[in-house]
Amino acid sequence: MTTVDLLRSAVANTFRSKTRTVLTILAIFVGAFTLTLTSGLGTGINDYIDDTVSAVGSSDTMTVTTASDDAQGFGSADPGPAEYDPDTVAAGGFGAPGATVVALTPDDVTTLEGIDGVLAVQPTESIETDYVEGASGTKYVVSAGALVPGQHLTLTAGDQPADDGTELQVVIPTSYVEPLGFRDDAAAVGQSVTLAVTDATRTQHTVTATVVGVAEESIASPTGASVTPGTALATALFDAQNVGVPADQVDRYAQATVRFAADATDEQVTALKDRLTAAGYTGTTVADQLGTFTTVIDGIVLVLNAFAIIALLAASFGIVNTLLMSVQERTREIGLMKAMGMGSGRVFALFSLEAAFIGFLGSAIGAGVAMVAGSVVSSALAGSLLSNLPGLTLIAFDPVSIALIVVVVMVIAFVAGTLPAARAARADPVESLRYE
Amino acid sequence: MAPIISVRDVHRSYGRGPNRFEALKGVSFDVAEGESVAIVGKSGSGKSTLMHVLALLDAPTTGTVELEGVDTGTLRGARLNRTRNATFGFVFQQFFLTASSSVLENVVLPMTIAGVPRGERRRRGLAALEQLELADKAGSKAKDLSGGQKQRAVIARALVNDPRIIFADEPTGNLDSATGAVVEDILFSLNREHGITLIVVTHDDDLAARCDRRIVIRDGRIVDPEGEVAA
Repeated sequence: MTTVDLLRSAVANTFRSKTRTVLTILAIFVGAFTLTLTSGLGTGINDYIDDTVSAVGSSDTMTVTTASDDAQGFGSADPGPAEYDPDTVAAGGFGAPGATVVALTPDDVTTLEGIDGVLAVQPTESIETDYVEGASGTKYVVSAGALVPGQHLTLTAGDQPADDGTELQVVIPTSYVEPLGFRDDAAAVGQSVTLAVTDATRTQHTVTATVVGVAEESIASPTGASVTPGTALATALFDAQNVGVPADQVDRYAQATVRFAADATDEQVTALKDRLTAAGYTGTTVADQLGTFTTVIDGIVLVLNAFAIIALLAASFGIVNTLLMSVQERTREIGLMKAMGMGSGRVFALFSLEAAFIGFLGSAIGAGVAMVAGSVVSSALAGSLLSNLPGLTLIAFDPVSIALIVVVVMVIAFVAGTLPAARAARADPVESLRYE
Repeated sequence: MAPIISVRDVHRSYGRGPNRFEALKGVSFDVAEGESVAIVGKSGSGKSTLMHVLALLDAPTTGTVELEGVDTGTLRGARLNRTRNATFGFVFQQFFLTASSSVLENVVLPMTIAGVPRGERRRRGLAALEQLELADKAGSKAKDLSGGQKQRAVIARALVNDPRIIFADEPTGNLDSATGAVVEDILFSLNREHGITLIVVTHDDDLAARCDRRIVIRDGRIVDPEGEVAA
């Protein structure tokens, strides 16, 4: 029997007992459908995180803080109250609320600049804004974020705030446009807003700035839902905030941003982190911070995939059962084919191919339906529940992983088919032909 | 004429120890090319076992079966399969047609197994059906045929590969006498006109009487080795 004839016979035999085949295909369908959706979920969310990291444009920067005993980030379980340290300041950025770090001083900045591999150091001036007020006259609470040279925002209108110049520029988040009294994102550009800060003597200062851009919000946006002042405005706000602060206390920074060579390899970045650690600092790249998210998402996807695999294993017993019944029913046919000179290898191949074909049908239909369902669900969610996360395609499909799923299911089906196929191949033609 | 099959002192036993059952207890005979031979015996006499040994579906425990002078005990695996495919045609009492496949697909099965190209399969399959006046049924499903048509389809399948020998196991057992007679005529005309050796296993005396020679098996032995010459 030629391979083409084998394939054709296997496909034809699959449809001989339609109800049984359809039920088996349905079982595989469920597994393949789940596997495709969960892997699509992983792909979608991780793509979004990757896109966001690259949009941040900070692959060549890391945030440096003074190394402290406090555990950083989520889930820090301190065994007892932390001892007071007069040099601590509240940390900005990704630290948990209330987390403190030992402040960096101008001396630290000089030390950092001297570390091998560090191209530039920019201390983060933390600005505590009170409110923002626009054309509507209502005051809204807002925080101010700062960009590091090289970073940029994802804008819906206008331009990035200028790094130089004396014009007081600000970028506002898109959710503030209407409350501040602007018609839409484009209309807000060029308008004035007033920002207020309170100094050390509890006196409030206001600064008026020009809106140069409107930013999209995303989970990993450098500043989140906050206004982003340009360099000139940041300095103006910082100065206003520090009125009345003793001169030797002004230059205290929660953190600094260190820039390194854009083409640095992972090993070089790790080496730089080690040198920072040796000098008493902690360096964290954006990728490090997002790495935690990616790991959590990968973990969840892995668990979901495990359920899908369990469903597939159950389905594979269905294949074994279907084919065993098929072998039983076709005992005489197998005997006849063997009597007519069909080799055992070919009989084995015929039944294995049949199993693989059932697997192919189940997985192809499952993956196809999952892709349609996933796209519909994901576009429905993007317009409603997840509209706060523009740019997120919750369930995305990667052709390689879809192909991989189909192949894996076919392999599982093939393996399941080997038991019945071996039984068919072993059948003695004389016994088979006598079988009533 | 040189024997196409030569059987020498063939024993075939099943099981071992006290359960050992000897189905053939030393059988020797020759079948000449173009001959028609009836293997006759009661059920349990060993006639089916003898046919299986002759058709190389079963191997003798001791003794030799020579096919055209070749000791079949030396044939193994693919060579054995090829020999069976190219030399034999089978007609069984229970037809063994695949019900849901078309008549043509059933008929060309030996050629499909041999790996004959599709076009040639179709051509030769239709020719065989033509010969058995079943050409109009080529596209029908096998299950839609009457008993006589089924047995004619089986004969078409047996001769489609131009075999040297056709084994027929109770070929008329499932047919009424009129249809059975037609099937017998077809088989004997193939034997006469195409020189195909015909080996029929039956307990039907009338059918056995039409053969050139009959070999009677009783309890695993040939009891009347000369047989009777057909009228």
